[in-house]
Amino acid sequence: MKKPEMKKLLESIAVPVLAVLIALLISGFIILAIGKNPIKAYGVLLHGAFGSKQAIIDTLIKTTPLILTGLAVGFGFRAGVFNIGAEGQMAMGALIAATFASNFGGLPPAVAIPLTMLIGMGAGAGWAAIAGFLKAKTGAHEVVTTIMLNWITTYVASFMVTGPLATGYGTPKSPEIAQSAQLPILMRAGAIELSAGILISIAAAVFMYVFLNKTTTGYEIKAVGFNPYAAEYGGISVAKNVVLAMAISGALAGLAGVTELMGVHHRFLGELSGGKGFDGISIALIGQNNPIGIIFAALLIGALRTGSNEMQFMGVSKYIVIIVQGIVIFLVAADRIVKAIYARKKVKA
Amino acid sequence: MRVLTAILSIFLNPQFYKIALTAATPLIFASLGGVFSEITGVVNIALEGIILMGAFTSVVFTYLTGNVWFGVLMAIVSGILLALLHAWGSIKWAGNQVVLGTAIILLSQGLTGFLMEPIFGQPGQTDFVGKVDEITIPGLVNVPFLGQVIGEISPFVYIAFGCVAFGWWLIYKTKLGLRMRSVGENPEAADTLGVNVFAIRYFGVIMSGVFASLAGAYLSVGEIGQFKELMSGGRGFIGLAAMIIGKWNPVGAMLASLFFGLFGAFSNQLQSLQEITVAANVKSLFDTIPFVLTIIVVAGFVGKSRPPAADGVPYEKSE
Amino acid sequence: MDDLRKDSRHSELEGHDNRSEYAVEMIEITKRFPGVLANDRVTLRIKKGEIHAIVGENGAGKSTLMNQLYGLYHPDSGEIRIFGQKKVFTGPRDAIKAGIGMVHQHFMLVNTLTVAENVVLGNEPVKGVNFDLRRARQEVKELSEKYGLYVDVDAKIEDIPVGMQQRVEIIKTLYRGANIIILDEPTAVLTPQEVEELFEIMRNLQKSGKTILFISHKLNEVMEISDRITVMRGGRVTAELITKETNEREIARAMVGRDVVLKLDKAPHTPKEIVFEVKDLWVKDNRHLDAVKGVSFQVRKGEIVGIAGVAGNGQTELVEAITGLRKAEKGQVLFEGIDVTNKHPRVLREMGMTHIAEDRLKHALIKQFPAYYNVILGRHYKRPFANGAFLNHQEIKRYTAELMEEFDVRPRIIEHLGGNFSGGNQQKLVVGREIKAGPKFMVVAQPTRGLDVGAIEFIHRQILRMREQDVGILLISMELEEIFSLSDRILVMYEGQIMGEVRPEETTVEEVGLMMAGKRLEEIRGGKR
Repeated sequence: MKKPEMKKLLESIAVPVLAVLIALLISGFIILAIGKNPIKAYGVLLHGAFGSKQAIIDTLIKTTPLILTGLAVGFGFRAGVFNIGAEGQMAMGALIAATFASNFGGLPPAVAIPLTMLIGMGAGAGWAAIAGFLKAKTGAHEVVTTIMLNWITTYVASFMVTGPLATGYGTPKSPEIAQSAQLPILMRAGAIELSAGILISIAAAVFMYVFLNKTTTGYEIKAVGFNPYAAEYGGISVAKNVVLAMAISGALAGLAGVTELMGVHHRFLGELSGGKGFDGISIALIGQNNPIGIIFAALLIGALRTGSNEMQFMGVSKYIVIIVQGIVIFLVAADRIVKAIYARKKVKA
Repeated sequence: MRVLTAILSIFLNPQFYKIALTAATPLIFASLGGVFSEITGVVNIALEGIILMGAFTSVVFTYLTGNVWFGVLMAIVSGILLALLHAWGSIKWAGNQVVLGTAIILLSQGLTGFLMEPIFGQPGQTDFVGKVDEITIPGLVNVPFLGQVIGEISPFVYIAFGCVAFGWWLIYKTKLGLRMRSVGENPEAADTLGVNVFAIRYFGVIMSGVFASLAGAYLSVGEIGQFKELMSGGRGFIGLAAMIIGKWNPVGAMLASLFFGLFGAFSNQLQSLQEITVAANVKSLFDTIPFVLTIIVVAGFVGKSRPPAADGVPYEKSE
Repeated sequence: MDDLRKDSRHSELEGHDNRSEYAVEMIEITKRFPGVLANDRVTLRIKKGEIHAIVGENGAGKSTLMNQLYGLYHPDSGEIRIFGQKKVFTGPRDAIKAGIGMVHQHFMLVNTLTVAENVVLGNEPVKGVNFDLRRARQEVKELSEKYGLYVDVDAKIEDIPVGMQQRVEIIKTLYRGANIIILDEPTAVLTPQEVEELFEIMRNLQKSGKTILFISHKLNEVMEISDRITVMRGGRVTAELITKETNEREIARAMVGRDVVLKLDKAPHTPKEIVFEVKDLWVKDNRHLDAVKGVSFQVRKGEIVGIAGVAGNGQTELVEAITGLRKAEKGQVLFEGIDVTNKHPRVLREMGMTHIAEDRLKHALIKQFPAYYNVILGRHYKRPFANGAFLNHQEIKRYTAELMEEFDVRPRIIEHLGGNFSGGNQQKLVVGREIKAGPKFMVVAQPTRGLDVGAIEFIHRQILRMREQDVGILLISMELEEIFSLSDRILVMYEGQIMGEVRPEETTVEEVGLMMAGKRLEEIRGGKR
């Protein structure tokens, strides 16, 4: 890589990296405030994320859907839409796919797996497209509509697993999906299995990169995201592209849900994903809406999530990860704060 | 036929209206907060997070001191602090206000969840810590029908209406209000006349924090006397929808909030009707009604209801 | 560099006597912005009670200078004296206190508030804790009557015409006791008749003892109304002239530094078939009011039809409707005989229409895209720029380099982001793109707004070249000179309707001005017997 390109790369990484460091620093103080040792806490976190083969696999398992929700939100941002609804779209994808996939016993895996994925992506795409359509037609802000759709998904999902899909006892859940619809296992460590889902995630990142940078539709979506007036003037249909962008974003989120379904749980559990959709926001922002950046950012959050489970044993709630993410999002959104710090450091250096 | 009569009987029951009022109360606060912020030109999605933090803080300090009103006061302080954070990022650093608001919601969820164990020793929800009792208004409570609605009700309801009146007066009858409106519409024009755009915007956002935190305090110590995770339940967003329907006018927002309250109360009463013989979990689908309604409202009203021209646009002096 | 100082006398007592003969002195003012020295040791002296014109091209530094006088910017070095007293302004409030009022080129009015509210904003009369609206209304009414500036105190700004809005801006300054009033390009939005009314107001204000600074690039107006003139170029003062003793040629030379070609060569008018036609078009504006009311006209290949008119008379909505960016409520738009009413911009572009947009940053250019992405906008999905679903970056970049060379866009860096080019170069990019697409019909809206003479000349040449290649051109401009020098036929638009059609060689500025003010051609010519 040439010198000026190297410099540009470093500058574009500076903001998110500094934001994460500052966030960890501030969170460290919060940990201190409740009487725990932050250095010890972060040490435990690191160990919990990477300290053993089991831990690493666990981290990768957690990272898999995060790459996809990060791509979902990041893709939306490139198109000028803020898709907070990844949570609901993910659940919809898993829910609808689970409903069908429990009946796929008779199909060979080569058919069942892609079919299940398509159903999940379609469900997520459709759910998101509602918000996209409303935005294009009426100007309704997608933040409000997608959050409302999230809440609606919660109730619908709850209804489904206590009603039509109810199985067994205890936690409400759907029936298990057919064996042929389950993803093959790549690695094992004890009881933990890493499915092929991670490969699907990375493939999706590659897809996003190619799509956005090499295709005419990618050009149009970026144009709409940067300047809808100029896009329309240039013959690009803003309405069509907003809906398309939301649909693709929703499809990626739906894929996140369905890979979790096929690779981890093998059934749909009553509650929603537990925040992976919202994680997508900080991941997209840290990754600066760039597929490569998103993969790294997803790994970071995945590591935090895995490691924080260990931290709980020393009395530090795993909610600390959400606090870290909140601070990171804040700093990336008001990135001039970080840029001002970075500029001051450069002058001193 | 029996179903129809049963449904109509809901409207004849004074309890229905009381429930509507109490359901509307947090929305009245939230939408008023939204008005104050957006009328000066700052979009404030963080309301949802401020409500949650207000609910939490009031419970914490009620638990620690035994004094409910002190808890409410501290809730207001927490609202001001979170609002200041949003204002700082939006105004001084000209950050993307929608994303910043999301950050504050996450911070609020994170902090409230994180502090549950250290303070209360248990996650998920707290025990009962104390609540603001309903007050009885001597003459009013004996008035037929009306008395059963507002004769004995939480003082927060009256505070809410008081805040609306205050807000309306401030925005339309004082010079501060005139300046607020000008700053949200054309900050550059106001600036050239010597109006301090930044100070006015800070004021608007901080006030939105005050009102949103009151919404949260009501949800916890005003209604059930405890805190549950994520108890803000989307009300910050519904409040924004009410603000839009109300055309960024305090009284309009209040009326829209009452409308939402009525709808919420209706779906609530509908679920407890024995005449509707459907499974309980199907009835729980009725809970989606407020959210579907919000979507319809937001989609139908945008364009017909025009926000302040400079809403969401950071003001940069060209200096 | 010419440096004509025909009036450099000043009082010996300057600085010691606060009854100095000068209302304003800006001494050795320097102001820098990133990458540009906007004011370079500028010295300006305005006598009490005079009407003083400050003249220069776009980018000469006049607005920057005035903004410092009004306290919106702070000088990097130099001194400001008002009536002989040194002043440092930390903001507009200080300037207002010193008796300075400014009427900006783009009005600083709050659309949703009333006239009275706008005037008193920032200095509101109060009754106890409340805003005293009654007194505000009364005081505004009194000022309106005293200075002959008719306004409707209770009307909302968004509902009143532009001329009245300007009067509101003037009353704003008088309300705050302004003795020195700065008018920044006040005539850009007025018809010739309204300009005369404004001049009348200015003379009245002068009689009341006010001092007026008048910023303009319109030399005929400057000659008519001013007492003295300061000319700026490239951030410096290049001349101080007494109006009675100078002429437009001399001012122009000081403005530009060389003799200006005021008119380009144009081949004779030989129009061909009709390429574009509009029939009885009705279009609504953003507030759902009719902005275009039954407009009809035709454009032929090889001719330039110019639409003249003051801003806000429906031109913007007309252009948006015929380019597919706004809904036409009634009527027809025909391209080579085919009905294209309300079709999407893509359809129109496919048929051979291109559009140089009025607001390039909002409409024509994507500032976050590099030049090579901006240049293909509109044809990005076609060969050779794309093969099926994929972009052909190699070809795109080659084409961009070629275009930038042909249209002299600087800097010649294809990766340069759209927003980083200067205004003139951005416009050249846009013009280049729309021309190189090889259209049959072009809509050209305000093509030279905000550009300096060099860029204007270049773009005019390109437009005339298109005309010679039998392209039909619809030109919309608020600069009458541009309309007159380029058009084969002129249509005048007023309040959404065409007041008349004339040929530039068969009419006068006065006649066109009357049409711009609402008189139909038949009335004007019918009246002359």
